[in-house]
Amino acid sequence: MSLDQLYQQIILDHSKARHGSGLAGTEAPGGATTGQSHQLNPVCGDEVTLRLAVSDGKVAQIAWDGAGCSISMASASVLTDLAEGMTVAELHEVIDSFREVLRSRGKIHADPDLLGDAAAFEGVARYAARVKCAMISWVAAEDALNQAA
Amino acid sequence: MDNGEVQRIRNDFPVLNQLVNGRPLIYLDSGATSQNPLSVIEAEQEFYEQRNAAVHRGAHHLAVEATEAFEDARQTVADFVGADYSEIIWTSNATEGLNLLSYALSNAGLWAAQGRGDGRLKELALNPGDEIVVTEMEHHANLIPWQELAFRTGAALRYIPVDDDGSLRMDVARDILNGRTKVLAFTHASNVLGTINPVHELAALGREAGALVVLDACQSAPHMPLNVKELDVDFAVFSGHKMLAPTGIGVFYGKQDILDILPPFLTGGSMITTVTMERAEYLPAPQRFEAGTQRISQAVALAAAVNYLTETGLDRIHRWEAELGQRMVTGLESIPGIRVLGPAAGQDRIGLAAFDVDGVHAHDVGQFLDSRGIAVRVGHHCAQPLHRRLGLTATTRASAYLYNTTDDVDQFLDAVAGVRTYFRA
Repeated sequence: MSLDQLYQQIILDHSKARHGSGLAGTEAPGGATTGQSHQLNPVCGDEVTLRLAVSDGKVAQIAWDGAGCSISMASASVLTDLAEGMTVAELHEVIDSFREVLRSRGKIHADPDLLGDAAAFEGVARYAARVKCAMISWVAAEDALNQAA
Repeated sequence: MDNGEVQRIRNDFPVLNQLVNGRPLIYLDSGATSQNPLSVIEAEQEFYEQRNAAVHRGAHHLAVEATEAFEDARQTVADFVGADYSEIIWTSNATEGLNLLSYALSNAGLWAAQGRGDGRLKELALNPGDEIVVTEMEHHANLIPWQELAFRTGAALRYIPVDDDGSLRMDVARDILNGRTKVLAFTHASNVLGTINPVHELAALGREAGALVVLDACQSAPHMPLNVKELDVDFAVFSGHKMLAPTGIGVFYGKQDILDILPPFLTGGSMITTVTMERAEYLPAPQRFEAGTQRISQAVALAAAVNYLTETGLDRIHRWEAELGQRMVTGLESIPGIRVLGPAAGQDRIGLAAFDVDGVHAHDVGQFLDSRGIAVRVGHHCAQPLHRRLGLTATTRASAYLYNTTDDVDQFLDAVAGVRTYFRA
C-alpha cells in the first residue's frame, strides 16, 4: 500500500482544517445536556478533549481541543462534520462501524453511505500502529455521548 | 572506518539485506534496538545445539559445558568494561539493573533497621531528609525507579536541570549535590539529545557529596570505549540488545566492596548457601543477585556481540558514528522548519539526532520515512520530562550504528527534506 492511500486527500485537508477545533469560546446550546471526555495515547502523546452537546435526542454540537498527528486531527475534524445533527442512536451506529473497520486490519471495507468522509480512514486499518490515532476522538465522542444522552 | 569497511560489516547482518516498501532498508533505529550479526545468532544457536543445560548445578558433561560458556561470557563482559569478574551481574536489561539496585538499597534500609547484615548498611540506607539526584535528561528507566525508591524511603528526589541546548547545568549541579545526597544517577549519553555528559566531573561531585554514583551506560557501552574503574562510578548498567546481542540480557556492574554487603533484590534458587525453614544465607556477588535460572544462551550471545565490537574496535566505531552524527545534524540544520535537539553541528554528540519538524507530527514524519524504507523512532523516546522541558511532546530520532553508511544518512536527509511539502506544512 502506498503512502498516498494512507494519507488520502480528505485526511490531509481535514488535518489542516480541523473542524470543531477550539473548546474555548464555544458554548453548548441552551437546554442541551453535555458530556466531555479526555483521551490520551501514551505511545505518541496524541491528546483530545472533546465536548458533545445533545438536545432533543440529537447531537447539537461537537467541540474539541487536541494535539497530535495528522490522522488523529483529521479524524476529529471529520467526526465533527459527520456527527452534528445525528441522533444519539445514529452516532452510536457510526462509531461502532468505524471501530469495526479500523480494527479489521483491512479486512472490512468502510460503508461510504454510513461513514461519509470517515470512509477515507479505511487505509489506516492496515497500519496497526496508527489505528489508535484514528480512533482517539471517536473514543472520546462515545464516552461524551454516554454522559450526555 | 569508512564506507568500504561498513559495506563488509553489513554482510554480517542478514536483517539489513531486505526491501521495505520496495526500497532497500535503511535502519536508523539502533538507539532503540540494534541488529544482530551472524556470529551472535550462531553463538546462541550453537549453545542450544551443543551445550544447553542448567548452570551451576548437575555434574554431567553438558552442565559443565554450559556453566563454562556462561561464566566465560561474564569474564568477556568484565574485560569489556574494565570490571572484575565478580562485579558483573546479569539482568534482563538496563531497566532491571536499575530496579535491582533501587530495591537492594531499600532492603539495605530494612536490614540496617533490624541490625541484619553488615554494619555499613546503615550508610547505604535512605531515610527522610536524604536526597536522590538524577538529571532532567534521563530515560524513564533511570528516573522512575528512583521516584519509587524515594517514595519507599521518604527520601527526596531532586534533579540537575538542562539548559535550552540540552546540556546539564553543571553550575546548578554543584548546589544540588550536597551532604544529604545518597545517590547520584545519570546517563552517560542522552538517548534524545546525543549529548555526552561529563562523567568524571559529575562522579567527582557525587563522590565529594558522599553519594553512590550510578551510570546509565545504555547509549555509551555499545558505541564507545568504556572503563568503569577509570570513570570511577559505583554502579553502571547497559542492555545487550542495544549492542548487537539478543533481547533479554543486560548487565549490572557494581563495585565489589559495595556488592559484598548489599542485600539481594530477587531471592530464590541459585543464590544461597544454607537454607532452613526459617531463613537463608546468601552467596557473595555475582550469584547473590542472580536468583533463579539465568539467561544463559543470551549471555553467551552477548559475549559474541562484545567480541564482534572489540574486534572492530570501539574507538573506531565511536569515531565513525560521531562522523555520521555530525552529518545528520549538519544536514538537518540546513532543512527549513527543522529544529534539532541537543548540541549544534560541530559540537560533540554521539551518532544520533532527534528533531522536530515544524507543522508535522513525529508520527507522520516516521510514516513518511518508512514509506521510503527508512526506520526511525518517533515519540518521546521514554523521556517525557525532557521533551516537556524543550516544549515538545514527540520528536523523530535517527540513530546510527557501525553498520550505517554516509549514504544511509544522505538518503535519510533527502527524505526529511520532503516531509513538510508532503504534509503541506
